[in-house]
Amino acid sequence: MTATENATPGAPIELRAVSKSFGPRKVLEECSFKVTAGTAFVLLGRSGTGKSVTLKLICGLIKPDAGAVFVNGEDITPLDSNALAVTRKHLGFLFQTAALFDSISVGENVAFPLRRRAEKPDPEIRNRAAELLESVGLGNEYDTMPSELSGGMRKRAGLARALAVEPSILLVDEPSAGLDPITSSEIDQLLLKIKTQQKTTLVIVTHNIPSARRVGDRFAFLDGGRLLAEGTADELTASENPLVRDFMKSQQAG
Amino acid sequence: MPHSIASNPQPWLSRFLLGVEESLGWFGGFCQFAGLIIRESIRRPFEFGELLRQVVAVGYRSVPLIVLSGLAVGSVLSMHTRSTLERFGAEAMIPTALAFALVKETGPLVTGLLMAGRVGAGIGAELGGMRVTEQIDALESLAVNSVHYLVVTRVWACVIAAPLLTVLMNFSGLAGGFLAEVIVSGTSFTYYLHTAFSSLAFADYIPPTLKTMVFGFIIGTMSTYLGYNASGGAEGVGRASTQSVVYSSIGLIVVNVLLVKFIFFLYPGGGA
Ligand SMILES: Nc1ncnc2c1ncn2[C@@H]1O[C@H](COP(=O)(O)OP(=O)(O)O)[C@@H](O)[C@H]1O
Ligand SMILES: [Mg+2]
Repeated sequence: MTATENATPGAPIELRAVSKSFGPRKVLEECSFKVTAGTAFVLLGRSGTGKSVTLKLICGLIKPDAGAVFVNGEDITPLDSNALAVTRKHLGFLFQTAALFDSISVGENVAFPLRRRAEKPDPEIRNRAAELLESVGLGNEYDTMPSELSGGMRKRAGLARALAVEPSILLVDEPSAGLDPITSSEIDQLLLKIKTQQKTTLVIVTHNIPSARRVGDRFAFLDGGRLLAEGTADELTASENPLVRDFMKSQQAG
Repeated sequence: MPHSIASNPQPWLSRFLLGVEESLGWFGGFCQFAGLIIRESIRRPFEFGELLRQVVAVGYRSVPLIVLSGLAVGSVLSMHTRSTLERFGAEAMIPTALAFALVKETGPLVTGLLMAGRVGAGIGAELGGMRVTEQIDALESLAVNSVHYLVVTRVWACVIAAPLLTVLMNFSGLAGGFLAEVIVSGTSFTYYLHTAFSSLAFADYIPPTLKTMVFGFIIGTMSTYLGYNASGGAEGVGRASTQSVVYSSIGLIVVNVLLVKFIFFLYPGGGA
């Protein structure tokens, strides 16, 4: 194998010339970026530009047509579900739709990944799940069924589930969509805490610029299948590209 | 790729060929999926908890449907048998003839079709719903092999439930036949049962009952395949559910012909 097939050291996530199409629709075209360990990478872009697809590529849920996706130093593109499970043990994913299991309660959703590992006895798992729900402001919802939650509450429950296994990499897709400003800023605090205390590497997709500024270290703007701009918040705000500039400035909290 | 054929000057022919090509592709995908299920079946860890839940969902919850249908089918069959055998003055043979018809063919086939309806539609809709709401992706993201966890357990639940439900169907059918008979002739239950089973050897029950495991495999594999690969929102889920019933019913009826032939081949004395 050639040297170019090795991952960049210190970057637990790296996309290298990744292309992905759905039928005739090209979503990503030779898109490349890497995320430094313990930092928060914010992925911005208009709807339908492939942000969610990018997160799913990192999780191995979607295979790229070309290019390589490195997670924790390994190219995951050729791996099957069983091999991917090893990588995914260190990975948390909050889906844009939250994707809670609708046949079990909210609390059991959070407990699910813990039960799968079966490292702890049942009462401890329940306590841990309750604790996680508490941390996203859903302390009273353990026995509620997912269908009874509002969109924002589902999002938070999904976050609690993603955090359950204390992942070293956390992918979050629009965490503040459907949340009021106060809850939204609480979620930001939580993400910030996870980043600083647990040294988790974050990839955050969001349209909420004020929130992104609070949590994010590096920002990237996805458009036309590639990153149009990448840098700190200030660099993107001063970007020569009016689209990027407007995007950074026009957004309100919420 | 299909456009290589689509360039044919005859539009109806190219449409037909395209349809054939699509169907072949679909069938290829199905066979691959069946292979994956078999491979994943022997991989650890075995999901016993989930398997048990599925056996309950597939088997236990089908019991009322099977018993009621069995009673109805048995009594109707019995009435037909009576009207036929009466002409030859062979009423004493009614229980035997009914047991024969039920055990050999009607029981397995009706059970299979009822399962295709109830279980096939259920699995197709459930997995389809999980697919389009990203719950299958969520499972995978939590380091769970979704084929192993969702698909293998359901397929095996169908394989296990099918022969059990068939035995239940056979007994319900005999009970229905007895009820129909008792009104007309006032026969006793023990006599009825005795005659029903007197001319059937134990080995006669085994092949037709076990063949329903193949029915179960077809129903499970077809409906998980369609549900697991569903796309296109609520409409796609509906399609997966409907197609699960249609395709597993057709698959089962066709494969049944081969199975009956095969059993006759193995047991020339008339095992099927
Ligand atoms: N599984 C899929 N099948 C077909 N098209 C898809 C699929 N997932 C995403 N797409 C398409 O890819 C594009 C990018 O989607 P997405 O990543 O969800 O956008 P966003 O940036 O808003 O998150 C969209 O045009 C969408 O229709
Ligand atoms: Mg999205």
